Amino acid sequence: MTTTDIPVTPARRGGATGPKRPGRPGGRRREGAAWVFLSPWVLGASVLTLLPMAVSLYLSFTDYDMFNAPSWVGLRNYTQMFTEDPRYWRSVGATLRYVVIAVPLQLAVALAVAMALKSMRRGRAFYRSAFYAPSLLGASMSIALVWRAIFNDGGTVDNLLGTGGWVNRPEWALFAVALLTVWQFGAPMVIFLAGLQQIPGELYEAASVDGASRWRQFLSITLPMLSPVVFFNLVLQTIQAFQVFTPAFAVSAGKGGPADSTLFYTLYLYDRGFVASHMGYASAMAWVLLLAIGAVTAVLFRTSRSWVFYADEEGR
Amino acid sequence: MTTTLPHGTTPADTGRAPFPWRRAALHTGALAVLAVMLYPLAWLLATSLKPAEEVIASLNLLPGRLEWSNYTTALEGVNGVTVWQLLTNSLLIAGGAVLGNVLSCSLAAYAFARLRFRLRGPLFAFMIATIMLPHHAVLIPQYIIFNQLGMVNTYWPLILPKFLATEAFFVFLIVQFMRGLPRELEEAARIDGCGPFRSFFLIILPLTRPALITTAIFTFIWTWNDFFTQLIYLFSPEKFTLTLALRSFVDASSQSAFGPMFAMSVIALLPIVLFFLAFQRFLVEGMASSGVKG
Repeated sequence: MTTTDIPVTPARRGGATGPKRPGRPGGRRREGAAWVFLSPWVLGASVLTLLPMAVSLYLSFTDYDMFNAPSWVGLRNYTQMFTEDPRYWRSVGATLRYVVIAVPLQLAVALAVAMALKSMRRGRAFYRSAFYAPSLLGASMSIALVWRAIFNDGGTVDNLLGTGGWVNRPEWALFAVALLTVWQFGAPMVIFLAGLQQIPGELYEAASVDGASRWRQFLSITLPMLSPVVFFNLVLQTIQAFQVFTPAFAVSAGKGGPADSTLFYTLYLYDRGFVASHMGYASAMAWVLLLAIGAVTAVLFRTSRSWVFYADEEGR
Repeated sequence: MTTTLPHGTTPADTGRAPFPWRRAALHTGALAVLAVMLYPLAWLLATSLKPAEEVIASLNLLPGRLEWSNYTTALEGVNGVTVWQLLTNSLLIAGGAVLGNVLSCSLAAYAFARLRFRLRGPLFAFMIATIMLPHHAVLIPQYIIFNQLGMVNTYWPLILPKFLATEAFFVFLIVQFMRGLPRELEEAARIDGCGPFRSFFLIILPLTRPALITTAIFTFIWTWNDFFTQLIYLFSPEKFTLTLALRSFVDASSQSAFGPMFAMSVIALLPIVLFFLAFQRFLVEGMASSGVKG
């Protein structure tokens, strides 16, 4: 994955004590201590992360049903996935549509509300907390069930707009789930707000002396200064959106309907692996997801060089 | 909602009081957004108290008659398992996860933030990368491992990984916090003869309390809400959590079951709401500090 681009700056030990001479017994004891502190993580990272990744890569080339030994089938799972499984492609389509609709919409609302709150002097703390609450509740099954009822035939949205129940209509069901994601704009909003508060006010003062309009100030000051935070939110929310499961499961009773319109990738993966017991196929799906998320993250990191602006790089 | 209001002539010095209508418009807008956002929660609460015939017939948000029996029905639980049992199960899992995450993530974070060891750079980068790793890439082999260990349909697969610092997000969160602590503290302690273990437990850990509380609350809420892992690992109804028990309502969408179903949904949300009300400062600031350095 694209770790090399992350600004990894392990804090250096303060130079006050001077550099440690190698071979000094104290130094070696300290190194040992570090590994003691690290041991749970090392165990978890190797046994529950690295090893499973290798195993799932191996399983993706096999037929495996949990009861019989895996049998090697080469690229069969992958070719079946890409050429013979229309439901697979429908799940890819539903997921991509969802990511492309939900993430930008959620971030736009988050930024708009954060900007409104920033210019408020009273009640900011209250609104900040109130808008944040759905981000914690929204991941629950409870809210997913509420969503299904509100967007069902005879539900609030049907009564209000007369469009019928969204969750029963293939062309609308995805929007219902996307709106649940947008509803949880509080988490990125809180991060945006924190970012906005770090932009020095003098920049705006100077700009308004120069006669820049509010829109101009937004484009020339706010967006560039906020771009690292926009980037952080974009990466985080995109990765999360690729993996969304609970609302689609609730809205479609675990089946991804209607007409596979909410058959998200993870839902289909669960269906293949844990309902149909095709663990090899599900592993192949998992690896394609891993590579897809890796690729999307890599593209975001690469394009970020042209639009993410780090003030401290400019010698501020 | 935006802050660009029609009058571009408004001076940008926000330090001075702007036109009163502008402030009023902002508050009106914010309250309107808030009302829309709170509607699903109000609907949930109202429906949990509605009698069956009103759910279908009435379009009013408020119930005409309060039907408390929805809650007594909900307390009886699902599949012959009472809500108390489900609640106990949920608390057990969430409690174990909190303990595991706070312990293991703070240990790892201390090593990454304050100690020197070979491979620190690459290992730290790897740890960060696992934040982005989709759970599904390790899911099936993890399931096979826990199955081999005879741990499927127990709580171990839900708790054990937390004791091994597998939630790298929290390691990162605590690392960020520990880096902000002055180094002189440990240097003074070292001169006084404190080794890394005593420094960690006696000096660093107490000072890291805000980050640990944030970790604990987020772990609790996320574990409580986590449906997918519970769905995969638990299948005996008496081992179900509240979240998982709500699953049996997923297939049944008949509106006669609406009242009890949403009464149970309210019960399942209650701990999160209480946690939020009690700790919102930690939650909001914990989230804010994860995205903005400094």
